[in-house]
Amino acid sequence: MAAKTIISRPIYGTLSPQPGTHHLFIADAEGALAISDMAAKAPAGFFDGTEIVFIPGADGQHVAALEALKPAQFHQAPSFASLLPRLKQTLTNAHMGLRLYLSGTEGLIGQAMQVALEAGIDHTSMQTEHRGSLARRMQCVHCKGITENVTTQPATCSHCGLLLLVRDHYSRRLAAFQGVCINAEDRSEIPPMEEAFP
Amino acid sequence: MSTGTTKLDVVVSDVVPVNELVTRFHFRRRDGELLPTFSGGAHVVVEMRDGERTRLNPYSLMGSPLDTSEYTISVRRDDVGRGGSLFMHRSVKPGLEMVISYPVNLFSLDLRARKHLMLAGGIGITPFMAQTAQLAGEGGNFELHYTCRTASLGTYADVLRERYDRRVRLYHDDRGERIDLERLLSSQPLGTHLYVCGPAGMINWVRDRASALGWPQETVHFEHFAAPQPGLPFDVTLAVSGKNIRVGEQQSLLEAIEAAGVDPPYLCRGGVCGQCETNVISYDGNFIHNDHWLSEEDHRSGCKIMPCVSRFEGKSLVLER
Repeated sequence: MAAKTIISRPIYGTLSPQPGTHHLFIADAEGALAISDMAAKAPAGFFDGTEIVFIPGADGQHVAALEALKPAQFHQAPSFASLLPRLKQTLTNAHMGLRLYLSGTEGLIGQAMQVALEAGIDHTSMQTEHRGSLARRMQCVHCKGITENVTTQPATCSHCGLLLLVRDHYSRRLAAFQGVCINAEDRSEIPPMEEAFP
Repeated sequence: MSTGTTKLDVVVSDVVPVNELVTRFHFRRRDGELLPTFSGGAHVVVEMRDGERTRLNPYSLMGSPLDTSEYTISVRRDDVGRGGSLFMHRSVKPGLEMVISYPVNLFSLDLRARKHLMLAGGIGITPFMAQTAQLAGEGGNFELHYTCRTASLGTYADVLRERYDRRVRLYHDDRGERIDLERLLSSQPLGTHLYVCGPAGMINWVRDRASALGWPQETVHFEHFAAPQPGLPFDVTLAVSGKNIRVGEQQSLLEAIEAAGVDPPYLCRGGVCGQCETNVISYDGNFIHNDHWLSEEDHRSGCKIMPCVSRFEGKSLVLER
């Protein structure tokens, strides 16, 4: 569970059913479990107005559990990038009354939130729940390149190769934590690399 | 000095009857300078010195925020109210020197919205006069749905139609025209914010439907100044200042506290802003809560009261003032 360290560090809640007639869930891997847990508290007929978009993890689990909820629409995607055009289309055509629920890894929640923010949904209006890996999406503040699935501290920028301190400083606009060069004074100084975000 | 209640010395520069119930008042600064900047939805508290009695009533600014050479308010005459609107209609003439507060905005536009959907009822049109002027100046996207009793009581309906044409939709009660609220709220693009100002019943109806249709709370904005209701006189002990006061039939508790020389903070004087929230030390009797600020739980607890609009009936009431 993420702890609040500085004001921009996102904290996540627990999914809860909201009033309304149109519900859109976006989840990856163990994020499916957050949906199943919420389903136990949902009113009858809740999933009749629900669309679930799911990116299964490497083990391919949880698909059957989500289908068993009988959502009005169920869509599987191999990656976030592959579901992006569909998500944008859904949000463009959506009306007020659509409620958004994001669950799973921070990278998934952050990127889906980024698209939803662009579509005009306030971040405080979205339900979020973190499940699974703590891996981070990181922006190198020097070359601006994004590195996905960062699990170590420090981490190497996959674009410019600088060794970066992964900060808790988070950008909702970029959907990424900020990485700052950890040895700018003396590049020969290499601090030990630890598995910080398993 | 109460928070946000810095005063402005103004002179009434014009008084314009708008229809059988509503009159518009224009204020300019006595020193000829520009008035402070405000944003659409802001109100000022007007001090009405009526013989022995001073009333402080909030009114929405309805002029364009782009023009601060004058402030304008529109006052609907209420023949059965506590007399503030009657005082404005009968005694305020051009040239009268008055004191008003700096503007305060408790009903501001959320400028992140993709679209602003505005619902006005009756005299609730006034904040939207300023908001539409502000948005039109910036090329903002808005739509105004305005319900009035009859065409002749549709205050500023003609002005709004002329300025904004089809962005304004009128509904007349006497012609049986009603907003199709379900359809309206279900067909708004993502990123729309909803604003409602009018009678309490209308505000509650719109808020309930919006919530049921899945509009997040933070996208629904409303303003309802509850005018203080008259009631039976009651006695209050102010524990901190060591005073015993009597609240008169036509007086609010806040006005009685102020008349005793105690100066609690206030902003809206209409039960919405929360500034004058007061702790109850002890009581024997019943509260008559009229505010929109405290939660139902607070109301039941008997620990808090909003003295601007709420009253008390019973043997004793001791407040932390």
